[in-house]
Amino acid sequence: MDQPPSSVKLLGSWADSHTHRVQLALKLKGLEFEYQEEDFINPSPALLLHNPVYKKVPALLHGGRSIVESIVILQYIDETWTDNPIMPADPSERAVIRFWCHFTDDKLAPAVGLVFSSSGEGQKAAVDQVHENLKLLERELKDGAFKGRRFFGGDKIGLLDIVLGCGSYWLAVFEEVMEVKLIDPNPSPSSMHGCETSRSNRR
Amino acid sequence: MAAASATTEEVKLLGLWVSPYVTRAGIALNLKKVGYEFVQVEVLGQKSEILVKSNPVYKKIPVLIHQGKPICESAIIVEYIDEIWTSEAPILPSHPLDRAVARFWATYIDDKVGLLAFPCGIRFYAPNSIFFWQLLALLKALAVEAAEESSKAETVDQVTEVLQLLEDAFAECSHGKDCFGGDTIGYVDIVLGSCLGWIKAVEEMENVRLLDEKKVPLLVGWAERFLQDKAVKEVTPERDEYVQYAKMISASAR
Repeated sequence: MDQPPSSVKLLGSWADSHTHRVQLALKLKGLEFEYQEEDFINPSPALLLHNPVYKKVPALLHGGRSIVESIVILQYIDETWTDNPIMPADPSERAVIRFWCHFTDDKLAPAVGLVFSSSGEGQKAAVDQVHENLKLLERELKDGAFKGRRFFGGDKIGLLDIVLGCGSYWLAVFEEVMEVKLIDPNPSPSSMHGCETSRSNRR
Repeated sequence: MAAASATTEEVKLLGLWVSPYVTRAGIALNLKKVGYEFVQVEVLGQKSEILVKSNPVYKKIPVLIHQGKPICESAIIVEYIDEIWTSEAPILPSHPLDRAVARFWATYIDDKVGLLAFPCGIRFYAPNSIFFWQLLALLKALAVEAAEESSKAETVDQVTEVLQLLEDAFAECSHGKDCFGGDTIGYVDIVLGSCLGWIKAVEEMENVRLLDEKKVPLLVGWAERFLQDKAVKEVTPERDEYVQYAKMISASAR
């Protein structure tokens, strides 16, 4: 099911990692799209129209409808434009990918945010929490569901790579701004490699 | 791909039926006519070893174990069930846009479950209770600390707002039919419907009307039909069971 490329429009914000997820997915699918920059602090009438419930970016406009929530959008893109799939075909592998996407947004991302918004002992605890969360992912890369893979998606970048990768540079920014070490190259060599490979593939 | 009637040894569901998340998995398995072994997980006391082993990241129910592989997170479990057992009626719609709409409402509902299912100052504190750590976290997030009339009224207002939105969602998704999923129970029906047991229990415990037929007539009609469905009835405890459970947890916290 191929749609004319000009019919895809993305409302997003330059600093929003969820917007980047969608941009990356569209690029991986080789799709052209119109991009509209939105002020995510003061939502425009367009954003209020297309995401009345959450009033946030990103919002994907396609075929006269709007799709919101980044993970929902990514799956929509994958199911509409079926070349270069970003989700595996096997249901149990799909469940694993969905689980770690949920983990990223539910546990990892808030923990990183907490590092940024806390200080002193609280920040130390938050940093420890991030390390714990990254260790869980690292374990899957070493011995678990993603053992021996170049990317979480296998040989090619998949949905989980997109979700994780589009936050990884923020880890570096937080590290610099907050002068904390979130990604320790020693305990997590494989996820470092994954981050770097994802990052270089995005350019 | 497994046949619709997997042998009972192949499918295990770990949980407690008072958890709406567990109910979701049960409904999906029943809709697909899949036989399974239900493993009740102890709530108070030590965390069950099989649970910790199969869900080391969250240590939460439900966990579906199929052919030795654990699947965690209720919404993910429901999609998995839908993708494995395809000979019965589909749970998610087939068109990508309809699927996106369904997933969106499921995400929204899960955002609001704490509000929908456990409003109005019900305080639970059970350190070893797997299920109620989730609940406590939700309650804390909502800052529902006391059952004072004003905060109760505010919470009811918030719930009403959410239900109003879901009333509109029902009109949009059902296309005039009986379910969010159209003719048959679908993804959003399961995600929201699994909360009905608690919503009704809270209505009784707190003497409030949340599902008000004057405000959300479509949802009220849908709820009645949903709870009567055989696939749902079997895995939804009676109201009194929820109420007793709430009392037990409150009492054990003191």
